[in-house]
Amino acid sequence: MGTMAENIISNHVGKEVRANDIVVCPVDFMMSQDGTTPLTIRAFKEMNGKKVARPDRYAVVIDHNAPSPMESVSNLHKEMRTFSQEQGSILFDVGEGVCHVLVPEQGYALPGSIIIGADSHTTTYGALNAFATGVGSTDMAAALISGRTWFKVPQTIKLEYSGKLPKGSYSKDIALRMCGRLTANGATYKALEIEGDAISSLSVEARMTISNMAVETGAKVGLMTADKKVIDYVSGRAKYGFKGVGADAEAKYEQVLKEDVSRLGPQIACPPDVDNVVPIEKVLGQHLDQVFIGTCTNGRIEDLKVVANVIGERKVAKGLRLIVSPASREVMEAAMDCGIIQKLVKAGAAVTTPCCGPCVGTCNGIPSDGEVVLSTANRNFKGRMGNTKALVYLSSPATAAYSAVKGCISDPREVLA
Amino acid sequence: MKQLNGRAHKFGDNINTDYIIAGKYKFKSTDMNDMAKHLMEDIRPHFYDEIEDGDFIVAGHNFGMGSSREQAPLVIKAAGVSAVIAKDFARIFYRNCINVGLPVIECDTSNIDEGDELRVDLEKGYVFNVTKDSRIKATALPPVMVKILNEGGLAEHFKKHGGFNLE
Repeated sequence: MGTMAENIISNHVGKEVRANDIVVCPVDFMMSQDGTTPLTIRAFKEMNGKKVARPDRYAVVIDHNAPSPMESVSNLHKEMRTFSQEQGSILFDVGEGVCHVLVPEQGYALPGSIIIGADSHTTTYGALNAFATGVGSTDMAAALISGRTWFKVPQTIKLEYSGKLPKGSYSKDIALRMCGRLTANGATYKALEIEGDAISSLSVEARMTISNMAVETGAKVGLMTADKKVIDYVSGRAKYGFKGVGADAEAKYEQVLKEDVSRLGPQIACPPDVDNVVPIEKVLGQHLDQVFIGTCTNGRIEDLKVVANVIGERKVAKGLRLIVSPASREVMEAAMDCGIIQKLVKAGAAVTTPCCGPCVGTCNGIPSDGEVVLSTANRNFKGRMGNTKALVYLSSPATAAYSAVKGCISDPREVLA
Repeated sequence: MKQLNGRAHKFGDNINTDYIIAGKYKFKSTDMNDMAKHLMEDIRPHFYDEIEDGDFIVAGHNFGMGSSREQAPLVIKAAGVSAVIAKDFARIFYRNCINVGLPVIECDTSNIDEGDELRVDLEKGYVFNVTKDSRIKATALPPVMVKILNEGGLAEHFKKHGGFNLE
């Protein structure tokens, strides 16, 4: 009788739960990154933690500030490596990739599972039918020690997307439109269940872009159905057992919102808020100094294929910097194998190690005062990319790529339609 | 839990964790006293210098939206702020505050202005605006959170009980 969120939690606590119940619940997988692990270790020690309960189910990822650009960061990274080694847990070191791309790719995000990550974009794994959400370092430490965490079972808003996306529009455009419509706190404390033929026709990778941005509406999780595409995606990779969990027909939703995407054009989030979303027509011609393509939102191989296709034989516009960060080593290798990296470098792009860097303003492309950036990331807050005097717009990889060759925000349908 | 007294420092809606403490500082150290000097600096330069021990941060909707960084409530606490009062909070931030023992109060903040003197009673669940002589009722915290907060945060809860003891 439950929603997807209620049913996944019910399965884990061995009794039927409903929205607003409070449960202490086993966790299937845990992850923390270099911005949050040092505090996690501190909390772990403060709580008299000795051993991580399930070291095979805990990954430490060095991605936010990697490779280290300064001494203080190097020392924090070292502390993380040592902790991981002592505990026998999983370590993804410099160059292996961005946490939310690695976790699904390496088979740790699985249907019907419960995952917590010390990073807000942990909602990404909802696309694989995982109840996955961000927590802070103390919650993470508590889960490392006990193998459990506590949750208030969320109410659910159902989003039903119908229709076929037109050429030049992508899942990122659905994600941005979702943020604009729900606003930054429209789903606070709540679960999103994201469904419909517009979603099932997307690839699993494309779906992750939408679940990734679920947190930008305040949501706890952005759940999708474990259909055949999801099962096919996880089957060759799964590191533990799984079973997809659906919603029951009688499930109670707080709200059901429907949208037809068949006329949805490219969307842009304008600075300094993710929910400040407009159709691209409103900002066409906006001058750009830098374009950044990558991140846990849009740095997967599919995204890079779109980018290479849009750029074609063109060159990056004079005076504009194009920075591309493939989101994992696997993505980087695939992009090399099909000649994408070579093509991008020849077009004038600066290609970096797989990392979060520019998105969170730590390294590899911090804009200068007064500069304007178009990014495929998920946040555009003032100062997000490391400079409060720079402006950040968000778009799909296709829009970002075409804008990089034009030197200003430009409509990719000019070359894709 | 005791009563809290201090002045209000007023902020707007959607104050995100990047504004509370910019991502770049997460990597400088884990010394919160050091990081506290940068509290809100991107939206209110020198804010740290304005705070007197016991003061309150007062805001509109969705305070603490964005990242999961626990540095956000920790630097607020380290700066001497005794509680955050807002119309409502973002989920992870709210949880992190309880976990680190920083009180959060959900109430209508429309009638609180910069510099107002406030008295907060966490147990009875209200904010008294001394300057305006008005009493504002707060939303009650869920019992689980009250328990964690009363024990001084989740770390203390774990030390006391050796694990979760919430059900």
